[in-house]
Amino acid sequence: MKRQVLVPVAALVLFALAWEFLVWVNGWPDYKMASPSDLGPAFWKFRGLFLEHSWETLWRTVAGLLLSVAAGLVLGMVMGLSRVMREALYPLLVGFNAIPKATVVPVIALIFVGAHDMNTILIAFLISFFPIAVSISIGLSTLEPEYRDILRSLGASRFTIFWKIALPKTLPEFFGALKVAVTLAFIGTNLMEIVEPHGRGLGYLFDSGKISADYPLMFAVLIALALLGIFLFYCVVVLEKIFAGWAERSET
Amino acid sequence: MTEDDSGTLPAGEVSRIELRGVYYAYRTGTGHLPVLDGLTFACGTGSFTAVVGPSGCGKSTLTRLIAGLMLPDRGEVLLHGEPVRSPRATVGMAFQNPVLLEWRTILANVLLPLEIVPNRLTREERRNRARELLALVGLGAFEDRRPSELSGGMRQRASLCRALVTRPEVLILDEPFGALDAFTREDLWQTMHALRREERFTCLLITHDLRESVFLADRVVVLSDRPATAQVTMEVPLGDKRALDDLYGTEASELQAELRQQIRIAQQARQTEPAA
Ligand SMILES: Nc1ncnc2c1ncn2[C@@H]1O[C@H](COP(=O)(O)OP(=O)(O)O)[C@@H](O)[C@H]1O
Ligand SMILES: [Mg+2]
Repeated sequence: MKRQVLVPVAALVLFALAWEFLVWVNGWPDYKMASPSDLGPAFWKFRGLFLEHSWETLWRTVAGLLLSVAAGLVLGMVMGLSRVMREALYPLLVGFNAIPKATVVPVIALIFVGAHDMNTILIAFLISFFPIAVSISIGLSTLEPEYRDILRSLGASRFTIFWKIALPKTLPEFFGALKVAVTLAFIGTNLMEIVEPHGRGLGYLFDSGKISADYPLMFAVLIALALLGIFLFYCVVVLEKIFAGWAERSET
Repeated sequence: MTEDDSGTLPAGEVSRIELRGVYYAYRTGTGHLPVLDGLTFACGTGSFTAVVGPSGCGKSTLTRLIAGLMLPDRGEVLLHGEPVRSPRATVGMAFQNPVLLEWRTILANVLLPLEIVPNRLTREERRNRARELLALVGLGAFEDRRPSELSGGMRQRASLCRALVTRPEVLILDEPFGALDAFTREDLWQTMHALRREERFTCLLITHDLRESVFLADRVVVLSDRPATAQVTMEVPLGDKRALDDLYGTEASELQAELRQQIRIAQQARQTEPAA
């Protein structure tokens, strides 16, 4: 337990020291490269803005993610339970997923000018639903037929089979996909926040740091993004432990 | 040793399971694959019938028809004299793959059918019923374990408990011991005898192990190659109390030799068939 905390903390401290040292040795000024010791003051100076915009980024990412889960679940169920639908939808989804989302961002931003919240949530959703849909569909379509037979022979309805067996059995794969999706949604939110004029969120804060050439602010935003990303990721890990913790034991 | 191809029972008795001229074909991309053709046999209440036959001859198909998971194209499947049109809760099933749910404890796995089949049992009564079965198969101390913590043989025991927890009239076993090592398998045979003494069910066991069929069953039905019919039915001349050593007695050895011969005949039918 002690080691699990000490090792990452030590790594973090070493990393900060090396960074500080690099800036100091090269004599880089603030406007070229901020050092860790600049970050504290930057955070403190803009603490109100950081709280406000972190919240913006957080709730939009989570909203986009919830949409992804809902849409991914429906798409995954449709594709997992019907082979025809799988054959029809799969190429479409793969094609859509292959489009780099950076190109979609300006399109969306133009279509819904000024609708910041909706645009951001939409991108977070579009970028992250694919792994969820695929994991659910694979989980459902690879269900061993004996599971179905056992319940069906007792007269269980399709819904009962889905609820009692198919869904729980898919949860480990679902959470694996959700870990990927949460990171993707976060990227989507930030892309939109940076690109949109007069936006909100950490991406906007980053952009204003760039405009005013405030490098410590920009780096502080990067650190804040990293912290928020870690926070979101571990939220999913906790949920996974609660709802699919049984899968861990079976692998050992 | 008596041979009985007609599969009829003494007059007046309604058989628990009965198949009358059952024909079934799978519809595949390339056409029809007839699997069962004119299959007729019957099992009396409380009897234990083993079904053996060449691999791929349609044994699993037969179990799905009896369970009502599929309907025959022609002919009839009857349970206690009534045609089977849909699955019914009076049938319990266990397969080679025990398919236990990893997110449930062993006890909760055994309880699953009672959550689906309507019944008037209280929570405590259900648990007692499940515990009674688990104790009977020697898993009393394992009810709180997860399936992955158990050995293959123990999982199969739990799967048997799940099949029996609703007190089904018919128990269908599709090669349940096929994946187990020889010693574990023999332990499970003893467990089957114990279950049969304590529980009332009519059992249909699919197996490819002739020793198993002779040790467990009252009757062995040999299926011909696909499309399968009942090639021959043989009574097992061993009493209710059986020991493994009985398998090496004269009568049992002769029966096994005869069964082996019948399987060979069924297999040869396939080899002489023109390649499809
Ligand atoms: N769903 C299916 N669709 C098409 N053919 C099938 C299907 N299930 C089984 N078969 C074929 O039917 C034959 C009998 O299958 P099965 O009843 O499983 O045989 P057994 O259990 O005796 O080995 C096999 O040749 C198998 O390939
Ligand atoms: Mg089979």
